[in-house]
Amino acid sequence: MTNDSELLRQQARQQELKYIKNNKRKMMIFSILSITALLLIWHFVVTFRLVNTRFLESPVTVINTIITKFTDINPDGGYLHQHIIESAKVVWVGFLVGSLVGIPLGLFMGWYRIFDHLIRPLFEMVRPIPALAWIPIVLLFLGIGVAARSAIIFFGSFVGIVLNTYVGVRQTNQVLINVAKTCGASNFEIFYKIGIPSAMPMIFTGLKTAMGAAWATVVAAEMLSASKGLGYMIQMGRMYGEVSLILAGIIVIGIFGLISSWMIGCLEDIVLKWRPKNHEN
Amino acid sequence: MSEKEYKVEVKNLCKSFGTLEVLKDCSFNIKRGEFVCVVGPTGCGKTTFLNTLTCLTEPTSGEILVDGEPANPEKHNLSFVFQEPSAVPWLTVEQNIRFGLEIKKKPKEYIDERVENIISMMALSKYRDRYPHELSTSAEQKIVIGRAFAMNPDLLLMDEPYGQMDIKTRFYLEDEVVRLWETLGCTIVFITHNVEEAVYLAERVLILSQKPASIKESIAIDLPRPRDIASKKFIEYRTHIVDMIKWW
Repeated sequence: MTNDSELLRQQARQQELKYIKNNKRKMMIFSILSITALLLIWHFVVTFRLVNTRFLESPVTVINTIITKFTDINPDGGYLHQHIIESAKVVWVGFLVGSLVGIPLGLFMGWYRIFDHLIRPLFEMVRPIPALAWIPIVLLFLGIGVAARSAIIFFGSFVGIVLNTYVGVRQTNQVLINVAKTCGASNFEIFYKIGIPSAMPMIFTGLKTAMGAAWATVVAAEMLSASKGLGYMIQMGRMYGEVSLILAGIIVIGIFGLISSWMIGCLEDIVLKWRPKNHEN
Repeated sequence: MSEKEYKVEVKNLCKSFGTLEVLKDCSFNIKRGEFVCVVGPTGCGKTTFLNTLTCLTEPTSGEILVDGEPANPEKHNLSFVFQEPSAVPWLTVEQNIRFGLEIKKKPKEYIDERVENIISMMALSKYRDRYPHELSTSAEQKIVIGRAFAMNPDLLLMDEPYGQMDIKTRFYLEDEVVRLWETLGCTIVFITHNVEEAVYLAERVLILSQKPASIKESIAIDLPRPRDIASKKFIEYRTHIVDMIKWW
């Protein structure tokens, strides 16, 4: 009896997934449409001189700048890929250190009462301080190198990771805890067999938010102290009055922010392959 | 009967939450290998009763002895089938069935053999690498039952495991439990508010009274298996139990 109905269920499920996939493909047209529309409007606004073209260049020029910047060191003294690597390095170092500290901290705070009471007040005090406020102190301690900028990214990403992880562990299903408990598991065993996997979806939410925050902070960090990096490139664009360089920097940051989130998304799909795939994103 | 033949001895068990008395002076014994159903009106403290039995909550007074010793999940082989779906969502069917045995740190060969046995008995081999959400509710409940039996429990506690199932699925899973019980042999305490289910499954039915709950009556069900729910004797038992529950 079960066999047949299970089989039917599976078939229905596959149909449903196929439908979702098709639907997603259809919906992608709209996404492409909105991006194209934006580029077109931007292009016409510039070509028909609806705005002051000293402040805005057409997308074609910007794309050209992006391409030539790979081989042209002027005016800021760096190739585009050097800037990208520099920024990505800072973002990923800060983000990884933030995760390595933030995830365990959130897990322990969420599971163990003592940790919660011990660390929560300190954490709540640090939490509202914007990452950029740390810049002067960080510069004093770490100078103006990669370490300093990574430290600022760390402050920017760490809070979101801790909070999401904390909530994730807190939301562990009591029934599953009881299952492990009645099997005779110790508290620590329950923590790593039930608590940590339960927190995984929220941990990934935290990582994705933090990655966004990291790219947002890197620009500010580099504007203040750097000799390479996309933020630095934008700053130079402003100094030399090259609007297309500024816009190129902005677009490249957008693209790499997207790639970074996508990488975390792929990792999420692997780690959380047990999750029902109903969501359409 | 000598003391040794009792798997579980409950002596003057009381449990209250603040001023709310839930269990009052419950005393009964369960024999080794017996299948006991506990019935009672809704909200009479059936779940509290089981939670106390598995040490999820401490009794206020009285004691529970398993094999003559105070009940302790780390020492005794207890397994619990909960009312709510409780398959671990990030483990496959097979990993779910292994779960309890791994916590008990049994040797790998033993686990492999035991799990293989359960999977083939429950006809789950086709779905062993599936995740619970990919299966139907009844299949998910089967995983949980499989997990419980895999542990070779001295005492298996089931808390309204089929509460949300339709009639067909319920009968199917009830037969499954009876089959596993007859083949593998363990002591089962099965809580339900469904009188028909209790008479269908149990060797003995314990009837709880309204809150604060105590044991009102213990009825041995002397019917051959498989049981016919339409037979005259079956209906007599059922009617009697229903009368007992209504009668206070």
